[in-house]
Amino acid sequence: MRVKPRAVVMAHREVAVAVINRWLIMSAMLLASSTFAAVLPDERIDVLYHGYDGGGAEIDGPSILVRKNIGTAVSVSANYYVDMVSSASIDVQATASPYSEERKESGFSGQYMIDRSTLKFGYTQSKENDYDATTYTFGIDQSFFGDLTTLGFGVSFGEDIVGQNTDPTYKRDLQRRKYSVNASQIVTKNLLASLSFDSATDQCLNLTDDQSCLNNPYRSVRYLNGTGGYLYQRELYPHTRNSDALGLRAIYYLPYRASIRAELRKFSDSWGIDADNAELRYLHPYGERFLFEVKYRIYDQTGADFYSDLFPYRDAQNFLARDKELSPFSSTTIGLGVTYKIPAGFIPWFDKSTANLYWDHFDIDYDDFRDARVSPADYAAGEEPLYSLQADVIRLYFSFWF
Amino acid sequence: MILRGLLLLAVLVSLAACSPIKPWVKPYERQKIADEIMSFERDPIADAYLHHVFDAREAARGGDGASGGGCGCN
Repeated sequence: MRVKPRAVVMAHREVAVAVINRWLIMSAMLLASSTFAAVLPDERIDVLYHGYDGGGAEIDGPSILVRKNIGTAVSVSANYYVDMVSSASIDVQATASPYSEERKESGFSGQYMIDRSTLKFGYTQSKENDYDATTYTFGIDQSFFGDLTTLGFGVSFGEDIVGQNTDPTYKRDLQRRKYSVNASQIVTKNLLASLSFDSATDQCLNLTDDQSCLNNPYRSVRYLNGTGGYLYQRELYPHTRNSDALGLRAIYYLPYRASIRAELRKFSDSWGIDADNAELRYLHPYGERFLFEVKYRIYDQTGADFYSDLFPYRDAQNFLARDKELSPFSSTTIGLGVTYKIPAGFIPWFDKSTANLYWDHFDIDYDDFRDARVSPADYAAGEEPLYSLQADVIRLYFSFWF
Repeated sequence: MILRGLLLLAVLVSLAACSPIKPWVKPYERQKIADEIMSFERDPIADAYLHHVFDAREAARGGDGASGGGCGCN
């Protein structure tokens, strides 16, 4: 196996962050599609090409989903997903050289409908050369008041093994738990609303005080060396992270055939990070075959208590982080998309088919993360320009209902 | 803060549950609700990928109606 330089892999995890969660979210969304009535979700096949390009990282690959009903009460689905990573992000450029890598994950989920209740389960496994993750999910939904209200509970259990390419003996066990409550409501004949609360805990197992598992094992922090310059030392994180998130979503059917969707979320965690985001989305059908979408999203977060772009000296704190995702920043996202309904009969075997292209543009401005790639001769330590990141995300996919 | 708000909401819901509630949107009035443009997750595979990108670039997680869990976002 090719062994990558220590810092080469640094951005690997950065660009791959949340891969494990991606399928979990997707499986939950599959199940959530029947939120407002106790019916099985549609039988469908989706073939997606995804592409991310921003901050020196390019990640793309396919994702395939197949969902099928068994009888009148059971629905099952399977997903296969690949990330092909080519990264030269700011962390990599500062301390290493670009690299390419591949990551694969697969998952299965199912649901069983009993009258107005739905039992749901999911399993996913993600594998890469220095990180393995396995997650089990379970949930139950119950509808009330003539299907006007749906209340759901969910729990997930995750067991991860964090490795490091440069040290075969490096092994960290990470345990993840998440508990969710979701209430969905038909408010009027034109308005849907949904309130979601999640409480999550990440816990490192069997570690000593000088070890971490919740950080990127390749990432370092900067500290002043006392002579005007700076040096690097490894990050050190707490062994536990607890977080709560509350989200409110609503969709309103406009007086003409179009909808507007609003979403608000508030987040806080035990590391001192508070975040808020808001999103507006407008969906407009055109003719019988086209569906256009426009989206605008804003996001803002404070930094973690133990984050610093430049520490005053070595071992300045008991916990040390310089992950820009833990720094204070704000971002905006705009999105455009179109769905084209392929004429019936054009593709045999399927009742309905669509071709879809969606583009999102991210613009992130970091308030306390500086671009350390500049020459020390031009900028004093701590005076480097603040970093900003622009990224484009493409989703090209075809969906088939049968 | 979030928990306090939820507790207040739970109390209000509990009080509402004490009185009989009849469906105020009849089944025959739900044709707009059933329209595809009224779906929170119209295409799950595409929505999940975008959530994944947000998770990768931001510290916040959850609260999005997804009952899955964990992140592994190192």
